[in-house]
Amino acid sequence: MTTETMEAPAVAAPTATPPHPLREFWGYFSANHGAVAGLVVIVAVVLVALLADVLAPHSPYLTDTSIALKPPFWQEGGTLAYPLGTDPIGRDILSRLIYGARLSLLIGIFVVAISILVGTVLGLVAGFFRGLTEIFIMRLMDIILTLPSLLLAIVIVAVLGPGLMNAMLAVALVILPHYVRLARAAVITETSKDYVTAARVSGAGTTRLMFKEVLPNCTAPLIVQASLGISTAILDAAALGFLGLGAQPPSPEWGTMLADAREFVLRAWWVVTFPGLAILITVLAFNLLGDGLRDALDPKLKR
Amino acid sequence: MLRFILTRVSLIIPTFLGITLLAFFLIRLVPGDPIETLAGERGIDPARLEELRKVYGFDQPILVQYGIYLSRVLQGDLGKSMITQEPVLSEFAALFPATIELATCAIIFALLLGLPAGIIAAIKRNSIFDHGVMGISLAGYSMPIFWWGLILILLFSVQFDLTPVSGRLDVLYYIEPITGFLLIDTLLSDEPEAFWSAVEHLILPTIVLGTVPLAVIARMTRSAMLEVLGEDYIRTAKAKGLSRFRIVALHALRNALIPVVTVIGLQIGVLFTGAILTETIFSWPGVGKWLIDAIFRRDYPVLQGGALLLGVVVMSVNLLVDLAYGLINPRIRHTR
Repeated sequence: MTTETMEAPAVAAPTATPPHPLREFWGYFSANHGAVAGLVVIVAVVLVALLADVLAPHSPYLTDTSIALKPPFWQEGGTLAYPLGTDPIGRDILSRLIYGARLSLLIGIFVVAISILVGTVLGLVAGFFRGLTEIFIMRLMDIILTLPSLLLAIVIVAVLGPGLMNAMLAVALVILPHYVRLARAAVITETSKDYVTAARVSGAGTTRLMFKEVLPNCTAPLIVQASLGISTAILDAAALGFLGLGAQPPSPEWGTMLADAREFVLRAWWVVTFPGLAILITVLAFNLLGDGLRDALDPKLKR
Repeated sequence: MLRFILTRVSLIIPTFLGITLLAFFLIRLVPGDPIETLAGERGIDPARLEELRKVYGFDQPILVQYGIYLSRVLQGDLGKSMITQEPVLSEFAALFPATIELATCAIIFALLLGLPAGIIAAIKRNSIFDHGVMGISLAGYSMPIFWWGLILILLFSVQFDLTPVSGRLDVLYYIEPITGFLLIDTLLSDEPEAFWSAVEHLILPTIVLGTVPLAVIARMTRSAMLEVLGEDYIRTAKAKGLSRFRIVALHALRNALIPVVTVIGLQIGVLFTGAILTETIFSWPGVGKWLIDAIFRRDYPVLQGGALLLGVVVMSVNLLVDLAYGLINPRIRHTR
């Protein structure tokens, strides 16, 4: 549900002895403790996802009804063999969460990658060609923005059929307008600048102008929006999973895990608590990172 | 002013057409013949199929079909539910008050907590309270509300046995729907205790649905207040020796509220999205749960019509917010 957008592209302010851009960026970024905490969590989640095969004590799919609904180890009846307990059909919750991290990150990255790719191209086209093309593209984006995001995603998945792939495509479409608007706004401010005119005069074609000259100068807001977009994607995909429209069981997707375990909420608190915590912490980390990136990259907020 | 209203109103026409186009093509994306889909799994007699194709105009070119659909929509005919055979519009109308009641309570909850929290955080900038509000609101903003609902049920309904788990009213009561809003209907009825039952049922869903707007409102109020408190006229007010309360309550708050009002308007769409999840968790008989049920019953007319109606509602609310914004802020009105 992250729907913040950036308006203007970031342009580095010239100083007398400019420090290396990366160093300057890190200076601003590291001053924001929340953002650093977010980054640390994200690195941890990425490591967990990459090392899932090594870290997970059990298979995420192996069922064993003899150990169904074991509580976490600190509660009576729990064992360290299943540190966070087991689900209603005896699968180790910790292992499922670890493999779920892999899924959630893939969902986030895939969704945002598609949105950025398609969104940037549409935005660049709208910004460069103006006229009818622009009106058509922007009106379409306005319509998508008007509809409540999850409702649209739900309707698309309901029609295309439930499943992780369709859910990801639906979420990608829903967050698309942010990237289109960003790219278009950036193009419009950038094209009036001298370096674009210079490039045009020296005979650069439209494609070159779009991708080689203008695009690199609107990456900053896109990066910020990407970080916030990943959190939206993870959250919305989990919501679809929870409604039974996203990843299907026995997939260890966190939202799907919640849906599976929902009816056992009264008997076993751990089956719903941990998957949700995993979603909350990961989404929070990406939001913190996005906020930090915005503060570090947006010159308007710099002193 | 009239010009401003007219331009804004005319701007929603393409959006409305877009929504109807989406709804129209949506049902065509479902694999298979639409009539056979509508007929359900029992199948249909081929002669009757041909006849129905004619009746529904499926033998016409696609643009003509869209024209037929649009004219039916404009007359309020959104088809019938395949399960109940009731018109989609009247089912929506019967369930919508439940959703509005929940959404209204949620936004009031968010305002009651979010406005003061944001204002105090701005006044006591960089204090522990400020950091606390910002931290909690970021967590609220990142909250998977479907999980939040389950956790609250676990805590308040299971652990402390304080609130009911689902529904709008205890089964002991039967309340004749007059307005459709149970908080009002129970008071009008001859069973005043039912009012408390309705309140009890509202508490958890309200908190769950209000969490994200609460976070957004608190953050927005804080940043708007900070901006306004840095303005010259606030310094003038301070120099005049006005009390701090007077400065904040009378001078700063008024201007700080303008962006907040817009954000509240934009939250309405988010609220309906949240209502779908909240209603599913608490078995709240509103339009959100109705839509999700329709998906699993493969009740396509309900899905198509319901999504269209919700889209139109959100569009209209956005328009109203836009107009209200123009009313309180003349600068908006005069830029084209």
